[in-house]
Amino acid sequence: MHKARHNPLNAIAAHAALLTWTAIALFPVAVILINSFKTRKAIFREPLALPSPDSFSMIGYQTVMKQGDFFLYFQNSMIVTVVSLFLVLLFGAMAAFALSEYRFRGNTLMGLYLALGIMIPIRIGTVAILDLMVQTGLVNTLMALILVYTAQGLPLAVFILSEFMRQVSDDLKNAGRIDGLSEYRIFFRLVLPLVRPAMATVAVFNMIPIWNDLWFPLILAPGEATKTLTLGSQVFIGQFVTDWNAVLSALSLAILPVLVLYVIFSRQLIRGITSGAVK
Amino acid sequence: MTALRLENIQKSFGNVNVLKDIDLEVAHGEFVVFVGPSGCGKSTLLRVIAGLEDASAGRVAIGGRDVTQTPPAKRGIAMVFQSYALYPHLDVEGNMALGLKQAGEDRKVIADRIAMASTMLALEPYLKRRPAELSGGQRQRVAIGRAIVRKPDLFLFDEPLSNLDAALRMATRVEIARLHRELGASMIYVTHDQTEAMTLADRIVVLRDGRIEQVGSPMALYNDPANQFVAGFLGAPSMNFLNAGPLGAPGAVLGVRPEHLRVADEGPITGRITHVERLGGDTNLLVLTPAGETVTVRLFGQHDHRVDAGIALDFDRARALSFDAQGKRLRA
Repeated sequence: MHKARHNPLNAIAAHAALLTWTAIALFPVAVILINSFKTRKAIFREPLALPSPDSFSMIGYQTVMKQGDFFLYFQNSMIVTVVSLFLVLLFGAMAAFALSEYRFRGNTLMGLYLALGIMIPIRIGTVAILDLMVQTGLVNTLMALILVYTAQGLPLAVFILSEFMRQVSDDLKNAGRIDGLSEYRIFFRLVLPLVRPAMATVAVFNMIPIWNDLWFPLILAPGEATKTLTLGSQVFIGQFVTDWNAVLSALSLAILPVLVLYVIFSRQLIRGITSGAVK
Repeated sequence: MTALRLENIQKSFGNVNVLKDIDLEVAHGEFVVFVGPSGCGKSTLLRVIAGLEDASAGRVAIGGRDVTQTPPAKRGIAMVFQSYALYPHLDVEGNMALGLKQAGEDRKVIADRIAMASTMLALEPYLKRRPAELSGGQRQRVAIGRAIVRKPDLFLFDEPLSNLDAALRMATRVEIARLHRELGASMIYVTHDQTEAMTLADRIVVLRDGRIEQVGSPMALYNDPANQFVAGFLGAPSMNFLNAGPLGAPGAVLGVRPEHLRVADEGPITGRITHVERLGGDTNLLVLTPAGETVTVRLFGQHDHRVDAGIALDFDRARALSFDAQGKRLRA
């Protein structure tokens, strides 16, 4: 141990702060999980108690499975999120590469224009978007959601990725050019792997809002066949009666896929495969 | 046969003219070094030759073929970069093979060329390693190997030794000189280090502010520089420039190389020693004259001089160079 740099008091303080934060962050998730396995009465009697043999019940999950087509909702959410993320990353990275790599008239202006979307919430344009979707016949299709989410995610993606791509060594790209690689191969084989951590950041930033969004599914694709998970869960929340067992179970289930996606991306965030390319 | 011909090359970024009227011819098998202070345009010139930058005006011909409009991969060149620029996802063999595969070479030819290059550079034990698993010197050898396998008409080196430590730099310098002899290839080498330029070059091209100041063999430039800039740039420690008037010399500035000065009982230059550098083989004295000029004296062998002692210096007038006020050489 480095005595000079290791102060036990500091370490304890840091850990205490981190543990407190973890507890606060996980508390709502834990409450949802715990109560999804309890009977309705037990939920209201003692919301913080763990399920006991007395209060244990799978009624919520049974309701979720029976009512509505939950697997379809799941699938819809998954398709929309994954396809949107893919398109955001692909087009975002391509635009970022062009902005950072090529000198052309209006480069800075184009960069600013593409980044403008960060400051303007896309929901302001909801009416126009709905109008557009009605006219193009895309209402009640997953494509409508995918297009909107791609547009929503691109500005930040272009902004972050172009910053990172500026840092990729020019020599490496030039070596590729001298070896006869096309600009596409330079982009896909040399540059993209080196900005993987940035791609993961963009993916994580975009994934959660898309997965959790209620607004656009409700407006653009409320049909039974295109309902997303968040929208589908709303059937259990009524104006007068709310089926809490079902709501909590649905929410618990909804956490899982995001968790899996997050784990995939965060591994990329951490992994440093770039060392050794250039000094 | 000429390996490279540059005609009237101009390059500007916006309003900034980086290269102005560059004309140069490199003969086949020649080792030419571009040297100059940073920002003089030497790297830009190399990139124009490589085709990584388009010249704003002028023509580039490699191996007798006009390549002004040709993409880099088809110019018959290979380039070694300062930062090595190895492909991180490929092993050493893959790094060397990529360019040939891209050019559609036969598998057998690729294997032969890699075998040849890895023998030359002692890279056989590392062929299956990734760049991340190699040391700096090994990476630079792989980068050189990647250039060799392409059998280019012209090798381009962009400050290839700058990232290496001193001992490795010397070894790699010798290696590059040996490769040049063995391959008999034409090479262009960019550096800001005058030692590399002097030791490697058949011909040195000294650049300043986007213009060629002088072209010639290392010794020609050292002994017979065209102006004060070239005289000061080549040689270490660099040439002393003294006010010519008090010394009774023609012109405005008199240039004397540190090794042409000698300690005398009395001489035209007097001063006080401000610093002594003992290098073992050489001893360098820094002498401050009453006029406020610092003069460097290079003495062969080991000498016992003390800081703050007074000293008188004499020099060989036949070997001193005269310059006018604009820095142009005055020839007797």
